[in-house]
Amino acid sequence: MSRALALIARAAIWLSLAAVVLIFPDELSFATAIVVMALFALSLDLLLGYAGIISMGHAVFFGIGAYAAGWLALAGWQEPLSALFLAALAAALAALAIGPLLLRFTGLPLIMVTFVLGVILYEAANKATAITGGDNGLTGFGFAPLFGVFRWSVFNRVEYLYALAFLCAAYHLTRRIVASPFGLALEGIRENATRMMLVGAPVRKHLLRVYVLSAFLAGLAGALGTVTTRFVSLSVFSINSSIDVVVMLVLGGVASLHGPIIGAAVYMIVHHLAAQWNPYHWMFVIGALLLLVVRIGRGGIVGIIAALAKRDRDAARSHAR
Amino acid sequence: MSALLEIIGLQKSFGGLVVTDDIHLALEAGARHALIGPNGAGKTTLVGLLSGIIAPTSGQILLAGSDITRWTPQDRVKAGLVRTFQINSLFPGLTVQQNVLLALSEHLGASAQFWRPIGAQRALFDRARAVLDWVGLGAYTDRRVSDLPYGPQRLVEFAIALSLEPKVLLLDEPAAGVPAADAARLLAAIEQLPSDVAVLMIEHDMRLVRRFARSVTVLVGGSILVSGSPDEVMSDAEVHRVYLGRAGDAGGARHA
Repeated sequence: MSRALALIARAAIWLSLAAVVLIFPDELSFATAIVVMALFALSLDLLLGYAGIISMGHAVFFGIGAYAAGWLALAGWQEPLSALFLAALAAALAALAIGPLLLRFTGLPLIMVTFVLGVILYEAANKATAITGGDNGLTGFGFAPLFGVFRWSVFNRVEYLYALAFLCAAYHLTRRIVASPFGLALEGIRENATRMMLVGAPVRKHLLRVYVLSAFLAGLAGALGTVTTRFVSLSVFSINSSIDVVVMLVLGGVASLHGPIIGAAVYMIVHHLAAQWNPYHWMFVIGALLLLVVRIGRGGIVGIIAALAKRDRDAARSHAR
Repeated sequence: MSALLEIIGLQKSFGGLVVTDDIHLALEAGARHALIGPNGAGKTTLVGLLSGIIAPTSGQILLAGSDITRWTPQDRVKAGLVRTFQINSLFPGLTVQQNVLLALSEHLGASAQFWRPIGAQRALFDRARAVLDWVGLGAYTDRRVSDLPYGPQRLVEFAIALSLEPKVLLLDEPAAGVPAADAARLLAAIEQLPSDVAVLMIEHDMRLVRRFARSVTVLVGGSILVSGSPDEVMSDAEVHRVYLGRAGDAGGARHA
């Protein structure tokens, strides 16, 4: 019974997110950008929140997905579903190639290595203007109508719903994964990798799997950005983007799956409003917000909500007694 | 009769410092062997060598006849050689049940499944319940390990090892710092192990050693001083001199 209720509640939340199309018809371009970042943050949550791998260069995979979708479109592959899948696959393959090297490290060295990797790729992309477009990025391409019917347009209705559908699918996929024995093994590695080895777990193999999976989702997010904006900017590879996504995740709440989605939305809306207030000092507002959330309670916004709900329940219980 | 675990001329040195010196030891199936010795005798190093965390300088380790000296820790666990840690090595942010489920899911080969929810796997949960009841942790199932007192945490350490269905179980000071009630639970749980499991226990508490062990080895300065039945070993003059006597009281010597 409570399971059915939870299912209905979840369906209601996703439907109300879809209803943004009707409620904020003028903000759909912005709303689509939020959805893309939410998916990016979700991909990092799987890696950082569950497996405990800190990556300061996750934009690498977001960028590969974004560029791969752009290159595909320029080469004439403009079917928006398969292009998205192929672009995400490219990011996953990149993770498969560098993962075995990277996952030898933990802690601070891992942060440094992922960070440096991000910087190197950004600089390389910046120099390789012939294939990346350099500062101009990639433009001048489009995608075929979705299912051959729904046309992309400046109103961004199709774009928003298309991105939201993928976020919804990715959310349920990750939910399923973290509830599986594999998901528990990831948490075991996060909690104590040495002991995992000594219960016979193939720790490196588990980590490589989740790394590839997370890169696939990050690449998917990048490709969604490309399909919905018909533009790729070099900034998809930027270190700022890698750092932003970590901030969104921490703000929303690590290892909760709702956290990255809420965090991305709050971050981008506050950023938007604060930048209107003062285009030079908006970072101050985000910083203050982050400080406040981290100070009030661990587990980000989601953690604070959960703590409040628990206090309510406890109060009701003691009242009943 | 071939031994289940056989250690042949095992040696480990760090530079010029020899911490394990030419150890020979054999455990038959069903052995209840205690390893005692003063601090710094190389007991924990020996467990590290056996579990594969430390590589030996020379010598051989045989498990049921196969040479496992160069095996990875994972492969040794899969072959039934399981250890516990002197200093708790648990999954503190997870519940007691999840700690055991983690081990069970690796042991039963379920950990690569990423689609079927663990909640739907009845068999895993039933076995977890059985293990927790075995060590007397049934009441703590859904508590976070980091919220438990030290005694029950020690029992979780033991429960993880039991979930792996060891053939050879290495217990590194399982009762160190544990209140008497929990130590008794631990001993009771060890007594319920299948009779063909070989157990090697490092322990300082002589009362515990007397209750548990059918044979004892005394390790001093990285090499074996004497091996034999508990009575033989504890009446050995040399043992008294270097080890038991130093603590003053042979009956209840207990180091931190």
